[in-house]
Amino acid sequence: MTGLKINHVSYSYGSRKALDDVTFSVVGGRFCALFGPNGAGKSTLFALLTRLLVTGEGHIRVAGFDIARDPRAALARIGVVFQQPTLDLDMTVRRNLRYFAGLHGLSGRSAALAIEAALEQLGMADRADEQVRALNGGHRRRMEIARALMHDPEILLLDEPTVGLDAASRQAITDHVHLLAERGLAVLWATHLVDEIRPADQVVVLHRGKVLSDGSAEHLAGAQGLAKAFLSMTAEGREVPA
Amino acid sequence: MKAWLIALFAIITRENLRFVRQRGRFLAALVRPLVWLIVFAAGFRAALGVSIIPPYQTYITYEVYILPGLCGMIQLFNGMQSSLSLVYDQEMGSMRLLLTSPLPRWWLLLSKLLAGVIVSILQVAVFLAIAALAGITVPPVGYIAVLPALLASGLMLGALGLLVSSTVRQLENFAGVMNFVIFPMFFLSSALYPLWKMAESSPLLRDICALNPFTYAVELIRFALYGELNLMALAWVSICFVLFMLAALWGYDPARAMLRSKG
Repeated sequence: MTGLKINHVSYSYGSRKALDDVTFSVVGGRFCALFGPNGAGKSTLFALLTRLLVTGEGHIRVAGFDIARDPRAALARIGVVFQQPTLDLDMTVRRNLRYFAGLHGLSGRSAALAIEAALEQLGMADRADEQVRALNGGHRRRMEIARALMHDPEILLLDEPTVGLDAASRQAITDHVHLLAERGLAVLWATHLVDEIRPADQVVVLHRGKVLSDGSAEHLAGAQGLAKAFLSMTAEGREVPA
Repeated sequence: MKAWLIALFAIITRENLRFVRQRGRFLAALVRPLVWLIVFAAGFRAALGVSIIPPYQTYITYEVYILPGLCGMIQLFNGMQSSLSLVYDQEMGSMRLLLTSPLPRWWLLLSKLLAGVIVSILQVAVFLAIAALAGITVPPVGYIAVLPALLASGLMLGALGLLVSSTVRQLENFAGVMNFVIFPMFFLSSALYPLWKMAESSPLLRDICALNPFTYAVELIRFALYGELNLMALAWVSICFVLFMLAALWGYDPARAMLRSKG
């Protein structure tokens, strides 16, 4: 099976349960928004999906590979954009991309092709030899997305990728990743901002480590709209920015 | 296997580029041992006589005695510097990029370790060249023979740094590492005084020095600089490397939480 399948996954930090029996799937060609307020368990789930953490409870399958049994095959099919930037600011754009290519076993001609494709996608071929420090926040984020696609993954994970960006950059990145999903990628996009979600998107609502809802944004919004629907589900008066 | 070597090369290239870029770090790495060699050794020369002990064939000056210890000092500081950069990487997120690469975690960490060792060997090479210009030399064969010794001692001290980085989660806590790891390891070793000299003032101190892995790193380097192999030192350094590395891998095991505060 292509895509991502999360089956009855739980995880605890000591006595505190961060994820409780989480189950959902994202198929290829689908943009899935993992929606939840701060502390919902989104980053913990991302850490499990990228094997920064492991759990004995439940199963995660990436493009058909069980991440516990075959972590290397699973990781090879995932592209990740972490919430925190992971670029070397003092290295050039090209050098950053080359380092990532090396970590994924790409060298020589295959690395050069992947780097050129990433630069073209970014529209930054002319800035390839500039230091990343010289790029603005939006460009750095786009660069991280392009980098995450260099090894041709089937699944793209993005953990609140628009944090700290201005409205125009947020819009551009959200549009760009929706387009990637339309081209066949399975996208899991963690967010707590409803304006990043489109009516046709799949939305998984995570709250206090539990999946409260899994369905289309349109269906979830109903007549009241997404923001109110989320507020009523996550209660406690938490703010859901519109 | 090809992918493993490509990743190793990528990691080594990145570490070396970072090092070259950080000129302050390079200067500090050289100035520290040079101050010891030129300033302290000159002062101690009169106070400390060094008798003929292996691998030396004759009476030597204090500068000649501490040369291997200062090579070890460079590697010790470099190991801790690499450890600091790992903690920085963890805080800045680039460690996640490394650990989500589709290669075994032990290989990624070993690659990171090897990259640091290569940087430390470059530092030692420059230091030995400056020492030679100042007239403090070893037999020509020593400059070649010391390379595998530096690799072994660098791996051991780098693995110690890796272990420290798996336990220190915040940069602010790193000053403690300097106080509790670097200084005791350096001063309670044979880097500055031979163990028999230490025993004259305190047999207990001598015993502590004899248990300190850094003592064996220094002795391995000392003998290699004279084209000799100190098997006992090699055995200690190898055993400590394996122990530190296993403990570090345990520290970086994803089954143990790397990210404790996220939700």
